[in-house]
Amino acid sequence: MTWAGWLLALLQAALFVAAAPLLTIWVKRNKCWLQNRRSPSLLQPYRDLAKLFRKQVVLSENASPLFRSAPYIVFAVTVLAAATIPLISTQLPTTAIADMIVLVGFLAVVRFFLALAGMDVGTAFGGMGASREVSLSALAEPALLMVIFTLAMSAQSTNLASTVQYLHDAGLVLRPSLLFALFGLLLVAVAESGRIPVDNPATHLELTMVHEAMILEYSGRHLALMEWAAQLKLMIFGVLIVNIFFPWGVATELSAAALLIGLVAVLVKLALIGVVLAFAETALAKMRVFMVPQFLNLAFLLALLGALSHVILEVDI
Amino acid sequence: MALNLALAAVLAALASAIVSLAAHRRIGVLKWLSFPLLGLSGLAAAVAGGMALAGGDAQVAQLPLGLPWLPWQVRLDVLAGLFLLIIGIVTFAVGIFGPGYVSEYEHGDHPLVQLGFFTGLFIAGMQLVVLANDAFMFMIAWELMSLSSYFLVVFHHEQAANRRAGFLYLLMAHVGGLTILLGYGVLATFGGGFDFDAMRVVELTPLWASVAFALAFIGFGMKAGLVPLHAWLPEAHPVAPSHISALMSGVMLKVAVYGFVRVTFDLIGEVQWGWGVTALLVGSVSALLGILYAMQQNDLKRLLAYSSIENVGVIFLGLGMAMVFMGTGHEGLGAIALIAALFHAFNHALFKSLLFLGAGNVIQRTHEQNMERMGGLLTRLPYTGVFFLIGSMSIASLPPFNGFASEWLTFQAALQAVALENGVLRIVIPFTAAMLALTGALSVACFVKAYGVVFLGQPRSRRARHARATAWGMRGAQGMLALFCLLAGVFPNVMVGLLGNVSQLLTGARMASATQHGWLWLTPVSSTEASYSAPLVLIGILLAWWLIWQLLHPRGARSVRRGKTWDCGFGPLNARMQYTGTSFAMPLRRIFSPVWRIDEKVERQSEAEGLRVSRLSHQLQVSDHSWYALYEPIGRLVLVAARRIARLQQGNIRVYIAYSFFTLLVLLWLIS
Repeated sequence: MTWAGWLLALLQAALFVAAAPLLTIWVKRNKCWLQNRRSPSLLQPYRDLAKLFRKQVVLSENASPLFRSAPYIVFAVTVLAAATIPLISTQLPTTAIADMIVLVGFLAVVRFFLALAGMDVGTAFGGMGASREVSLSALAEPALLMVIFTLAMSAQSTNLASTVQYLHDAGLVLRPSLLFALFGLLLVAVAESGRIPVDNPATHLELTMVHEAMILEYSGRHLALMEWAAQLKLMIFGVLIVNIFFPWGVATELSAAALLIGLVAVLVKLALIGVVLAFAETALAKMRVFMVPQFLNLAFLLALLGALSHVILEVDI
Repeated sequence: MALNLALAAVLAALASAIVSLAAHRRIGVLKWLSFPLLGLSGLAAAVAGGMALAGGDAQVAQLPLGLPWLPWQVRLDVLAGLFLLIIGIVTFAVGIFGPGYVSEYEHGDHPLVQLGFFTGLFIAGMQLVVLANDAFMFMIAWELMSLSSYFLVVFHHEQAANRRAGFLYLLMAHVGGLTILLGYGVLATFGGGFDFDAMRVVELTPLWASVAFALAFIGFGMKAGLVPLHAWLPEAHPVAPSHISALMSGVMLKVAVYGFVRVTFDLIGEVQWGWGVTALLVGSVSALLGILYAMQQNDLKRLLAYSSIENVGVIFLGLGMAMVFMGTGHEGLGAIALIAALFHAFNHALFKSLLFLGAGNVIQRTHEQNMERMGGLLTRLPYTGVFFLIGSMSIASLPPFNGFASEWLTFQAALQAVALENGVLRIVIPFTAAMLALTGALSVACFVKAYGVVFLGQPRSRRARHARATAWGMRGAQGMLALFCLLAGVFPNVMVGLLGNVSQLLTGARMASATQHGWLWLTPVSSTEASYSAPLVLIGILLAWWLIWQLLHPRGARSVRRGKTWDCGFGPLNARMQYTGTSFAMPLRRIFSPVWRIDEKVERQSEAEGLRVSRLSHQLQVSDHSWYALYEPIGRLVLVAARRIARLQQGNIRVYIAYSFFTLLVLLWLIS
């Protein structure tokens, strides 16, 4: 790979990080429109972040050094995960650093530190959020891995760039395995990025919250980093879904025209999936915490069906 | 040279045992003679093992010991070298850790002679098992290892529970030893001799090979703690002193893995894929149940012991996959799985010993075994806190630490199942890999619980609140192991390259492509298929961290203010309001409830009108099914059988004479 490739990778990572709040507010705006409410401006999350970065941090007396470093670790690892995902181009040298399985590992690191930070101050809320988060994610992870296996069996690779490239080149073929994998990944994405019906990022109700409970004690720039990392995580799952299963328009070569098309394509696709998410969140109600395992079992079963249908139906394709 | 060094290591361990005989009420002997000798033994073993692992050719020698027609033979090849390296590193760490740790025993009448003597014998036994080149010497060394560790398990024999655990351990070790002996019996009968060279050459019929495999699998699996034969392990490992627990969980289980690999891959030779499926399934069940059981433990060392069962399961899963690939003629893919399994064995030895030493440190400082009475220790024992965090991240297989590197390789091996011809295997292997993912995610949950409850939050007892500094040697040993965890994780290519020598020996193939793109990239099959660059991951994380810090961290003193935690206006928060270990594990206890035998009692006493609850008690006991389903029925069976046989004993001399008479008659009839 050339210097141009690495430069592109850096720019793409920066774009990824900068655009993450935009996806979140886009979903929120759509929800507002669907629910006949007035919506905040597209710049609102940036204003919030800027405000939080300016504010003084208030730390609990019990907070240990781990509590202070966790936001940095969580954000840095999430950024690194984002940097290894093809956003507008498959010519990305950073995808070789970490394949899809390492990506799952990155998400696990983020979860590990989030949960530890939740337990650090020693309040009931933090422990509750941490306990729920690690329990529910434990069930999401096999489903996510099964999706990856289904993809890897088709594409003969766990490298994200080659997988996207393979599916892009294969053109529009309806494969049952990919269809099942898509549904599996959609369910996992909803659970992992903490959206309705699994978790609700807009609530601070003790009976239901998971992610918010863990970051309840944070303030100032620490809170900003945690929030931003959560927005990045939503973006990561969005980009994974649109670029793997709908890879049309993604740039496969390093030319200005191709990159421009790639940029426009991914923006349109993300905007569409944001609308879909907003519809789903408006139509569905948050479910009870102990219903979530069934939801995730469904995701695992779908992914397993995908792998099975690959083995049974698509062996020689 | 390497072999002589290895024998010197054995001698040093024996010397450490002998000098400890003088340690009666003189702890100085233990601190300044016996532990340094152990450290020396460990260092020599590690160097010898490393040289053998890198060198390639096997070295053979004869010891002037043993039976007249069967002198003891020792042999150091790459496989033995790997395990000698594992033994050596952990023994060295224990040698540094020990002096600080045994200060605890300075007062009171602890049997110090016993501790030092049997530790030396235990380590010498493990080293000899790995070096043995004939079944006779192997079994003697194996028994030396098992018996001497029994005396270490019952070190705190004043408690009845420990004596019971010790008895169970002794019993299981001998049942296991017996099956191993029978397995060697099969091999020796066909090979015409006890030495391994003869066994290696002979070709067994598939049926007898399967019998030998089954015996070895049960025998070594029992020692390694595979489900459902594991119930002794979480009883025995935690009750020994912590540095012994580290040796038992970190090293002795690996010696069992060594025995299994030696017999299956080396001595039997022709591997059948059906065996692989057995090992694969047993391994994944052990991994999953091991971590689920671990999750529910509140005794820190018991939790670690159960998590050893999980890791042994992961190792056997990899070995099973290797056998499936080799049995179906894919030696190259078998090499990937084998390397993944052996790498995990190496890594587990590092992080499990680190965690046990950390636990020992915590227990020594707080005098509590129960996690529910710890908490807030990160600020009180900062070194141990940081090292334990590294150990937890490694065992929870998080990048860029070593646990992740070996688990990633296992996943990559599983992905190669597409190459198999058998459709069932093609889906069974990905399914077990998904179970491995579940196991990995649960181990994140388990170690968030362990670390969060022990080191974070507010201290839950007075002793935890007053825990203070540790001896430097104890910190040093943990620091060294933590450093190795990081290095093995960030530079996996070094170890993977060395393990290629082992897979070359056992499968005839090595993972040539793994390291061909330089030290930066790990690419098991090819660079387009999958790659992982741990150094760049570490650099990336640190770079991103530094950048955020530079960009966003305001300069100036007023950037942080400390305040009381918000208590919603209800009055001060106290340590009892935190989430406990039990409550943390509750969601998983409910989701996976059929896995345990759960006994939960809630008693509520209300005052007259029934509105105000005056007393509330909650009892929870979570126990292991295998105990009730397997161990107790067998125990009852033995008792019933013993009672039946006891009827022979009448106390009447005429009846006994009749017995003798009929026995003689039957014998005469038999020989005529």
